[in-house]
Amino acid sequence: MRIFESLRLALDGLRANKMRSFLTMLGVIIGVGAVVTLVSVGTGASQEVTSQVEALGSNLVIVLPASARGRDLRVEDVAMIEARVDGVLRAMPSLRKGSTVVWVGRSIDTDVVGTTEIMPAVQSHPVREGRFLSSQDILYRRQVAVLGSKAKDNLFGLRDPIGQEVYIMGYPFTVVGVMTAKGEGGLFTPDPDDQVVIPISTAQRIMGTTRVGSIYVSVDSDANADLVTSHIKRLLEIRFNDAEAVQVFSQQQILAAVGSVTGILTLLLGAIAGISLLVGGIGIMNIMLVSVTERTREIGIRKAVGGKYRDILAQFLVESIIISITGGIIGILLGMLGSQAIARLGNIPSVVSLSWVMIAFGFAAAVGLFFGIYPAMRAARLDPIQALRHD
Amino acid sequence: MAETPLPTVPRAPLLELRGVGKTYGESGLAVSALRGVYLRVQAGELISIMGPSGSGKSTLMNILGCLDRPSEGTYLIEGRDVSTLTDNELAEIRNRKIGFVFQTFNLLHRSTAMDNVELPLIYRGLPRTERRRLAREALVVVGMPHRLTHRPAQLSGGEQQRVAIARALAGSPRLILADEPTGNLDSRTGEEIMGIFQRVNSELGVTVVLVTHDPLRGKQTRRLVQVRDGEIVEDEPVSEAEFRLAEPWARATAEATRAAAETARATTEPEKVGAPR
Repeated sequence: MRIFESLRLALDGLRANKMRSFLTMLGVIIGVGAVVTLVSVGTGASQEVTSQVEALGSNLVIVLPASARGRDLRVEDVAMIEARVDGVLRAMPSLRKGSTVVWVGRSIDTDVVGTTEIMPAVQSHPVREGRFLSSQDILYRRQVAVLGSKAKDNLFGLRDPIGQEVYIMGYPFTVVGVMTAKGEGGLFTPDPDDQVVIPISTAQRIMGTTRVGSIYVSVDSDANADLVTSHIKRLLEIRFNDAEAVQVFSQQQILAAVGSVTGILTLLLGAIAGISLLVGGIGIMNIMLVSVTERTREIGIRKAVGGKYRDILAQFLVESIIISITGGIIGILLGMLGSQAIARLGNIPSVVSLSWVMIAFGFAAAVGLFFGIYPAMRAARLDPIQALRHD
Repeated sequence: MAETPLPTVPRAPLLELRGVGKTYGESGLAVSALRGVYLRVQAGELISIMGPSGSGKSTLMNILGCLDRPSEGTYLIEGRDVSTLTDNELAEIRNRKIGFVFQTFNLLHRSTAMDNVELPLIYRGLPRTERRRLAREALVVVGMPHRLTHRPAQLSGGEQQRVAIARALAGSPRLILADEPTGNLDSRTGEEIMGIFQRVNSELGVTVVLVTHDPLRGKQTRRLVQVRDGEIVEDEPVSEAEFRLAEPWARATAEATRAAAETARATTEPEKVGAPR
């Protein structure tokens, strides 16, 4: 018997029980839809993290105190890294603290970041209006501030902030500039648009500390970032006389670490959704078994007139594969819509990846085959005499 | 034209059972449904197998129809031993050599008359146009050229059985096996169905084996095989006189003739033999 005939027979069988076929299909639709939706959201999130890490600047090395028995980094370390490590272009301290910023009775909660005049260069993040901090500002611990674009919008709306006086931790600061909008970050890394930048020296004073939180090092694009990373680490190990005083990461290392975490997350989401697809497959098996029992007499007739084992097998197997493949296609479409909806509602990016769509579809088809084969074999193995007696 | 075939004709018979037995169950509790059955059926015969229920005639029919295998002895179709064939080979023989007609018609209730008749041809792998043509021809033979697109539920019992016969005929089988084909029909419709079998046998030359417990139906064939307790107890040709007496076409013709002209003097004037059951 030709494949076309099996297809026609299977479609007839499915049409005879439309509601039942649809409900069975629904299990696969939900399973595939869930896989596509969750994996798309997961993929989107990991791409977002990647682009945010990349947005920190290019060819960047980050120095942090080790978490367990970390030693405080100081401004002198910044200068030392810049002076003594080959391949380092600039090094920039950063001291970040969440704080309330007040302007004429209005206030916002944002991050206050102390740094130096080279930040726009290191993080590829220029000012839009006014000016950035100058070396004089840092030297004289001036109380001047540069607003991130979002912080400016939140505090000043459409008004011009330049020259206005804002209060940070109770100290008055004069706004001298506004940064351009970077548009990346906020979800997994601090939002570079929602912060207020002040001189590192001033920041240390108002926060009552002499340390810096982290050091951002920009590396010559011709230099080997990994080599620079290990040189910096070695330098600081000698300085602290402690092999585990600091953590030094190149941007590539961070990306790799983040990538493996989000990869696992995506896989986990996919696996959870895959379980529902498995349940859908069990639904197929269940209904196919019922169908085989109901149609025992039909099977007997078909065998009596010469239907072979493989003919009966094909008829029922094609039925379950049609259910799973059709369900798979509908599930993919719904999953794409679902991931778009979640992206809109939750402000989380979603990326439908073709490879995952193919995996979900292939898995659905495999589920149809796997869970269809047993009922189909049962049908094909029926004894025609017994089957003809059945009613 | 209608002569009784002799069992001793030297050419290979269409069907031959040699010491066929069928035992069900385990050796300790075995029940034997058939014992040492010898039977030869020549091509072109019209034969009935009679016996009360439990006599083993259904088992015999299942074996003749290649739905079941004998547990002992050999069964030859056209000289080929089918006792040892695989399920698929048996299916192939059912598909090409045998047409089944059942008491309960056994039509696919979701399919049209046409689709039902096509069924064996689908499993033979014929292209659609060829199937349609053969199915239509078969439906013409059984007198159902109309109602091709009706489903079984829309047809009367007699019409359903005609469709079933058309299905059995569509693949041009050598043998038609009919299991109580008139059992679910009123006597008048039953006569019509018997007429179709006789016509298929005499005009198309198809061998017909009829399983029944009704003596009248037995006499409407050319040879009567009686089965009791799993054994053949009698195997006799039906005499020409008896056959003529019971032959539905003859009776129908005669009645028509009598009604038309009042010349009720034909030598084989039939009577209402066995009509009330």
